[in-house]
Amino acid sequence: MKYLRATAVCSALLVGFPLLAAAESPIKIGLLEDQTGILAQGGLPKVHGAELAVAEINAAGGVLGRPLELVVYDAQSDNQRYQEFARRLTQSDKVDVLMGGLTSASRVAVQPIAERTKTLYFYNNEYEGGTCDSNMAITGVVPEQYLALIPWMLKNVGKKVYIIAADYNFGQILGLWVRKLVKENGGTLVGEEYIPLSVSQFGQTISNIQAAKPDFVFTAMVGSNQVAYFQQASAAGLKIPMASPINGTLLYEHKQLPRPVMANMYLGVNYMEELKTDENKGFVERWRAKYPNEPYINQPGEDSYVGVKLYAEAVRAAGSAERTAVIKAIETKDICTESPEGKICFDKSTHHVSHRIHIVKVEADHSVTTVQDLGIVQPSWLGTMGCDLTKKAESKQFTPEEPKH
Amino acid sequence: MTQVELIALAYQFGLAVAFLILSAAGLAVIFGMMGIVNMAHGELIMIGAYGTSIANRHGLPLVLAALCGVLASTATGVLLERTVIRRFYDRPSESLVMTWAIGLFISQAALIVFGPSLPSISSPLGSVAFGGFSLSIYGLLLIAFGLAVPVAIYLLLSTTTFGLHARATMQNVEVARAIGINSGSVYSATFALGAGLAGLAGALYAPTMSAVPNMGGSFIVQAFVTVVTGGGNLVYGTLPAAAGLGLVQTALTAVFGNLVGVLGLLAAVIVSAKLFPNGLAHRLSGKRFS
Repeated sequence: MKYLRATAVCSALLVGFPLLAAAESPIKIGLLEDQTGILAQGGLPKVHGAELAVAEINAAGGVLGRPLELVVYDAQSDNQRYQEFARRLTQSDKVDVLMGGLTSASRVAVQPIAERTKTLYFYNNEYEGGTCDSNMAITGVVPEQYLALIPWMLKNVGKKVYIIAADYNFGQILGLWVRKLVKENGGTLVGEEYIPLSVSQFGQTISNIQAAKPDFVFTAMVGSNQVAYFQQASAAGLKIPMASPINGTLLYEHKQLPRPVMANMYLGVNYMEELKTDENKGFVERWRAKYPNEPYINQPGEDSYVGVKLYAEAVRAAGSAERTAVIKAIETKDICTESPEGKICFDKSTHHVSHRIHIVKVEADHSVTTVQDLGIVQPSWLGTMGCDLTKKAESKQFTPEEPKH
Repeated sequence: MTQVELIALAYQFGLAVAFLILSAAGLAVIFGMMGIVNMAHGELIMIGAYGTSIANRHGLPLVLAALCGVLASTATGVLLERTVIRRFYDRPSESLVMTWAIGLFISQAALIVFGPSLPSISSPLGSVAFGGFSLSIYGLLLIAFGLAVPVAIYLLLSTTTFGLHARATMQNVEVARAIGINSGSVYSATFALGAGLAGLAGALYAPTMSAVPNMGGSFIVQAFVTVVTGGGNLVYGTLPAAAGLGLVQTALTAVFGNLVGVLGLLAAVIVSAKLFPNGLAHRLSGKRFS
């Protein structure tokens, strides 16, 4: 063993000093995702996305001559595990950056630990928006990006809207956004329901929708219980068009549910495996080569991949993996990455990211067609609320105001 | 309220009651006859749904596939009873922890073997429209099963030799043994029956829900509140408890929405547990069992 190590060191010295340095000081990324429990279906591809990004970056020589190293823990769909493992990653594993979290509740669980331990936290997921935090980078899409869907629906499908959403911060805040957009764009809200995550029988909701006769139903159903809504609505003969930012992208309902349950679902998305862009074609091929048994490359999977790539770019621009240097780079330099969506960039003042948004439609055979490519959409809303992290370091949460009727 | 709305509401009520009864039936049989609180009940339901879903995907028609689901959960029940449960008959609190552990084991094993979810099967039979509303016909079938299951179990216990032996064992196990009843095999058969009923719930709801490893969780609250309210007898306990709880839930959901419906259900259970601490079955039949 000793002999072996000596040989290794000698040969490393022979090959050259940089390689030795690379072998000894990787940049450590602490990743927390749900690999088991009720969120596993959404969370597993996020681990794969991060692994793929790390493998690609390391194959191309790493970052600043150093390889990336993932330290992964299974958060088990449990916010207490998130906190426990966030402490372990920051205190004993001493990672350079924390990443992960699927639900907003998990993000809120990790946020204070990252803050206290002075560890940068990348939340790589679509969410309800509003987090203005110097210690965070939020790389997923936000409502002003994916809800470009609502004005489009009001213009092209109909004016009467019914909202059904999961009853926690994500669903409630999305509901606020939709109410605001419906009002601003001359639509009418004919009903709204916020449904606890434990509910799995939707008979009453379905007959409420039938009584209200909307032109389309906005759905933000979360978790395997609530996915049952689509099956039950279809079995009850409900054929009203639907619009959603998530029902298709996260748990890929159109792949899991029998045809034509998800027919007539319109989605506002930054990513779906089916998007037929050149950038995505290569990405899907590389992913499927590494994970041939992946049931579906979901949007959080792509978010996780992009999050790691953006972090690598930020470290490169900073010239260091040290937290304050990386934050300063995000706030002062143009940090962009090539992604399956195309070239996307950090917004300096809010630590959010621009995304390319498509409006897509799920057909009766559950294939996905692109209805409109909206191009790159900026994360603009936090700026209008007065969030500017380049001027003032802070940690604040904004929610949209209740629209006045 | 118009006639059409009344029919729609009655249908919702039927669905709610059927869900409570079918969720609770297996749990009630095992608790009522053996005194064992089976914490793996939700996982047996999941096995029923998985069996149905997998068999259906391999080309079996839904009815036969559902039968496979029930067989799978019954077989699991027999296996568990033979290896573990029978060692805990006289230790109810240990059996609670034991079955909980088994439940965790089963759902994690399902995640490892089958992945995070199975493709769902479609609801058969289509829908029927009336006056601006439309209902799933499969829902009507679920309501029919909800009523048929307690009646069938009642007939099984009151008219067959197995029923006679089972009731004798419940009333006094020593005397039953003394007159030659094999109490061991009665217990085995009862546990298998309870597991089979859990599997039936999973099989029946498989076409309306997503098949995921933790899907038992969406039945387990309803199952426990119904058994807590009703006690261990299907006809005198589960049926009236489900009717009462279903009424509270449907009325509150219709007027105030799903959140209040769920809260109301739980509040009704607390009130009922205070008024009838031994369960409705005890009040309605004067006895805990049969």
